[in-house]
Amino acid sequence: MSNKPRVAFFDFACCEGCQLTVLSIGEPLIEVLKHVDIVTWREAMSEKSDEFDIAFIEGSITRDSDVPRLKRIREKARLVVALGSCAALGGPHVSANRFETSELLELAYGNKAEQYEAGEVRPISAEIEVDVPIYGCPINASEFVLVLKHLLLGRPYRVPNEAVCYECKLNGYECVFDKGMICLGPVTRCGCNAICTSRGHRCFGCRGLVDDPNVDAARDVLEEHDYSLDEIIGMFQIYSHRAPRVQQLAEAAAEPQKKRSKGSEPWRFGSTT
Amino acid sequence: MEIRVDHVTRVEGHGNVLASIKNGEVQKAIFEVVEANRFFEAFMRERSHEEVAHIASRICGICALSHNSASVQATEKALGIEVSEQTALMRRLIMDAEMVSSHALHVYFLVAPDLLGLKSVVPLVETDPDTVNLAFRVKTTAYDLAEVLVGRHTHPVAVVPGGYTSMPDATALAQMRERFVGLREDMRTTVELLKQLELPAFERETEYVSLQQPDHYSFYAGDIVSTDGGQVAADDYLDAFSEFLVDHSTAKHCRWNRDSYMVGALARVNNNWKQLHPEAQKVMEELGFKPPVCSTFMNNIAQFVETVHSIEDAIALMDQLLARGLKEEDIPPVTKHGRGVGVVEAPRGLLIHDYTYDERARLVEANCIIPTNQNYANLDRDLEAFAKQIADQPKDDVELKLEMLVRAYDPCISCSVH
Ligand code: SF4
Ligand code: SF4
Ligand code: SF4
Repeated sequence: MSNKPRVAFFDFACCEGCQLTVLSIGEPLIEVLKHVDIVTWREAMSEKSDEFDIAFIEGSITRDSDVPRLKRIREKARLVVALGSCAALGGPHVSANRFETSELLELAYGNKAEQYEAGEVRPISAEIEVDVPIYGCPINASEFVLVLKHLLLGRPYRVPNEAVCYECKLNGYECVFDKGMICLGPVTRCGCNAICTSRGHRCFGCRGLVDDPNVDAARDVLEEHDYSLDEIIGMFQIYSHRAPRVQQLAEAAAEPQKKRSKGSEPWRFGSTT
Repeated sequence: MEIRVDHVTRVEGHGNVLASIKNGEVQKAIFEVVEANRFFEAFMRERSHEEVAHIASRICGICALSHNSASVQATEKALGIEVSEQTALMRRLIMDAEMVSSHALHVYFLVAPDLLGLKSVVPLVETDPDTVNLAFRVKTTAYDLAEVLVGRHTHPVAVVPGGYTSMPDATALAQMRERFVGLREDMRTTVELLKQLELPAFERETEYVSLQQPDHYSFYAGDIVSTDGGQVAADDYLDAFSEFLVDHSTAKHCRWNRDSYMVGALARVNNNWKQLHPEAQKVMEELGFKPPVCSTFMNNIAQFVETVHSIEDAIALMDQLLARGLKEEDIPPVTKHGRGVGVVEAPRGLLIHDYTYDERARLVEANCIIPTNQNYANLDRDLEAFAKQIADQPKDDVELKLEMLVRAYDPCISCSVH
């Protein structure tokens, strides 16, 4: 057995797009592979090992019966990296939490619903300690390589904590608010190099909120363009419905007088209808 | 002999193979799906038409472009959004990028190790770097095409119902064209490699289902056809086949004319091979693929044949787009609301998104039929027949071969319990 760090990949409920992003890195990946031993990666290889130093965990937890497997991984790993927004935030299917589990099961399995298990969608950090989160749906491939390099060198990794607007403006992209879109860039964590706005779409908030979202600034931008914060919160449901910070932001937004949106009904945070 | 393979490797998602063989008789052989359901159909409800495709592509990381394409197609039909000729060409080109990237991943990275007696592609990094580089090159080139077209393969950013938030850069697209031309040589090299590999011998006659268009080999839209006879318009898929639950799976199974059918590359090549690009037909012949082929293991050859086809088709489509000149177009308006059915051929087979929208263009109902679900019943039948055929072999061999059979389907398990 070589003394290179042993790396393992695991996945829970997700689309596996983040693992796939790792697989598609190509040459830089081959380069990094020389410095580690990948000992478990079900999607890519048949070997399995219970001994590893770094565990990359993709996917969120949706069933209590998956928790023991997650905890076993934590016990064995020196470092746990949450790979992507499913693991770090809950992922796009957190918005299933808007509905009762029984309703979801019945829609999917009809009168056999009782035979199946489901539960609240949560990030892995709800169950275990996470050393480094890599945000993004999917992750940004270069950030993955950067994180891995930091871990291998034993250096702390600073998770980007500026808003997407920062990267967007740095690149000189046209602000999509001017096209009448509601962009989540003002409060969303950057690190994706504003890939969505680079192509003229809006930010959907896939990397979650920055640590201290500048609620006032966000509100100003929104008010300037005649949107209510309710609307932006509704959009945040796609990626971090239960994240405490979204909740805080929702409360902060609720304080000053509420502004009605133009047009259709605004999304209410936590609404089930 | 009791066979139990938990969490079959080199497939997407979690599934187990269970088989019990007594005195050469197979008493049970099933593929058990244990993946957690994510309930996309339920939670996409209430989302605005502009958000649905963004969410829907997250059903699957490998076939994100297919879900995204089926989703916008369904939304466009439901809301009466007419797309331009340029958009129609882009949609076909995107599906070619999808085929090449997904098939390359499967053939080179997930299946080839089995045929070389390896447990993964990793040892090849040292022993056969040229082939590994070739594999990465094919896959990355397709990925890069998706990036140029729509911002990213997993998950696309520029696609919206009705068109694109921005069009690709013409220079970048012209460069992609040249890189695709460069792949021709890699295809020739791969043909020679594949000729040396031996696939397990196994045949079982079954029903093959795919899309069909009158004038081209279709990955995007068309009628649904079966080798058992029968042709339905996409909107009427419910008249043809149905989904049902089985006890050993968190994913649904499907049937049409008989108790199981198969979708995917093998089904498409069997049904539509005459429409393949001549170069792909040539490769088909060289590799001994004579339709109709009833061996599931040949699905991997069919995937490669389609890779060759899609590379040629993509070059032709890029030429067409570049000759017309890429134009930024306005997104056409919503003109009605109601139900719309979007159909594409994902790499793993027929994929259906069936949506209903209300008057505010919010989704009220969604039904997504995934290729892998359609294959599960057929996989179980195959496992049973194949287990019987190899029942006298040592347990380790039986285990590996049944696993290989599962991989031949290229199942997308997390996708199937969406
Ligand atoms: S974060 Fe997004 S891309 Fe990554 S696994 Fe989850 S759904 Fe897929
Ligand atoms: S609001 Fe969106 S488009 Fe505008 S600058 Fe910020 S990230 Fe860019
Ligand atoms: S722009 Fe927003 S939605 Fe797009 S990748 Fe970045 S954080 Fe995610």
